[in-house]
Amino acid sequence: MIARTNRIALLAVPGLAFLAVIYALPLLLLLIKSLRGVEGMTIVTYVEFFADSYNMTVLWRTLRIATLTTLLALIIAYPTAFAMARAKGIWLTMFLVALVLPMSLGVIVKAFAWSILFRSNGFLNTTLQTLGITEEPVRMLFTETALIIGAANVFLPFMVLPIYSVVRQLNASLPEAASSLGASPWFRFTRVTLPLSLPGVVAGSAFTFSLAISMYVIPSLIVGERQQTLSMLIARSFLYLRNEPLGSTISAILLAIAIFVVLFSSWLVGRLGARR
Amino acid sequence: MTQTDRITICIAWIIGFACVIFLMLPIVITVLTSFTSSAVYTLPPPEWSLRWYQSLERRSGLWESVQLSLNLALVSTAVSIILGTLAAIAVTRGEFRGKEAIATFTVSPLMMPGLVLGVALLQFFREIGLRDAYWSLLLGHIVITLPFVMRTLLASMSAFDFALIDAARTLGMSYPRAIFSVLIPNLAPAYLTGGLFAFLASMDNYPISIFLTDARNKTLPIKMLQYLEEQPDPSLAAISTGLILLAIVVLVVASRTVGLNRMVDT
Repeated sequence: MIARTNRIALLAVPGLAFLAVIYALPLLLLLIKSLRGVEGMTIVTYVEFFADSYNMTVLWRTLRIATLTTLLALIIAYPTAFAMARAKGIWLTMFLVALVLPMSLGVIVKAFAWSILFRSNGFLNTTLQTLGITEEPVRMLFTETALIIGAANVFLPFMVLPIYSVVRQLNASLPEAASSLGASPWFRFTRVTLPLSLPGVVAGSAFTFSLAISMYVIPSLIVGERQQTLSMLIARSFLYLRNEPLGSTISAILLAIAIFVVLFSSWLVGRLGARR
Repeated sequence: MTQTDRITICIAWIIGFACVIFLMLPIVITVLTSFTSSAVYTLPPPEWSLRWYQSLERRSGLWESVQLSLNLALVSTAVSIILGTLAAIAVTRGEFRGKEAIATFTVSPLMMPGLVLGVALLQFFREIGLRDAYWSLLLGHIVITLPFVMRTLLASMSAFDFALIDAARTLGMSYPRAIFSVLIPNLAPAYLTGGLFAFLASMDNYPISIFLTDARNKTLPIKMLQYLEEQPDPSLAAISTGLILLAIVVLVVASRTVGLNRMVDT
């Protein structure tokens, strides 16, 4: 038996070998390249990156946009997941279609649709003016708010689904038991429901955040080149400026943030699971 | 149920409905603008027309891009399913250290910045002398599709009763044969959903493909972004409406065979 289970482990070899060569190795080489100077190892490109106030502005903007996008998505997704968990029949189908269908629509199309909506002569402005909410067209396209709304829209399914799958399996008798023992609704939510749903929240937030720090198409279509993000800097340094060391350095920084998010979130989910 | 409970549930439903409308908005906008008679995007359209669908025929290179994207998506999904099945069996059934780490590693490309991966692959392929755009794209797309397959397969296989495989083996089947005739049919829903999401992820991939294409091999998203830069007219909305229609057909088929609820289980 032991011999067989060990042989079974070998089945992972082709997939792992593939990912090691075509995924991990290239990323490692990229890291090495970002550290390689004219002679030997150097961190001069990093020093230059962090010394440049423009780069720091872009870094903070990227982190701020990703954080706000994740928060907006979470605020919409959390109640939605609970409504979904109670939904049945046609209502559940409606939720599922609304989540799965947009995922099958390309990100370019969605970003483009939002850029149409946000135009000053666009649908949103016309509606606002017809309803008499505003007199003048509001400048929406090219703003950070527009970007966050568009990005939250694109990443929303990745936030709702993990929370939904946790909430759905949540044992309804636990909150009931808490209230029969005299717990107030607020106490019941903060001590029973919220902690049990946290693994879904952490997984969804980590996924949304890592998608949002690295998005490229959405900001370039909604805010344009004037307000750059880290991804736009990477694309620019490789495709237009031909400055590969700079591009590799920014890539390595973005990669470090993403790896941190992956490790931190899986550690957090593990701890939340252990506490149960 | 107390008063507070009713209010909370009511609020959850209101936000849920708002969320559905919010999610569907880009789709509705795209479909509406594709039928406009106007050359600019105005909503609602001044008049309905099919002119942007007709204009697709004159778009040079569009059909080649569609073919290339379909080809890449199909081949990379198929390869991912093979590699993914083997790896998922190993992780679920094998007894060795670092199983969790392997599972995390195989799913991790999903959370890595796409552009960074694209840049890394560009430099790597250049260094090993791989100049062929099709093969570069294919290898890159397998990295994107594999995690989708792994995620669903890992979840479903851990719920699968492997005693069935042992039973088939006792009855004289070889191990590979038992996998083919017992495991795979049982996990058909997981294959369909994992494969579907992998396929769509490949069709939609922009950040990796942009670094690996050449003048002759342009995938559909890259072609679409190029049209957008050159001439942003509603023909792009017409292409997208075609893709939405395709997605709806696939979803209807998938929900009939698997059920929508099982599709979102991750």
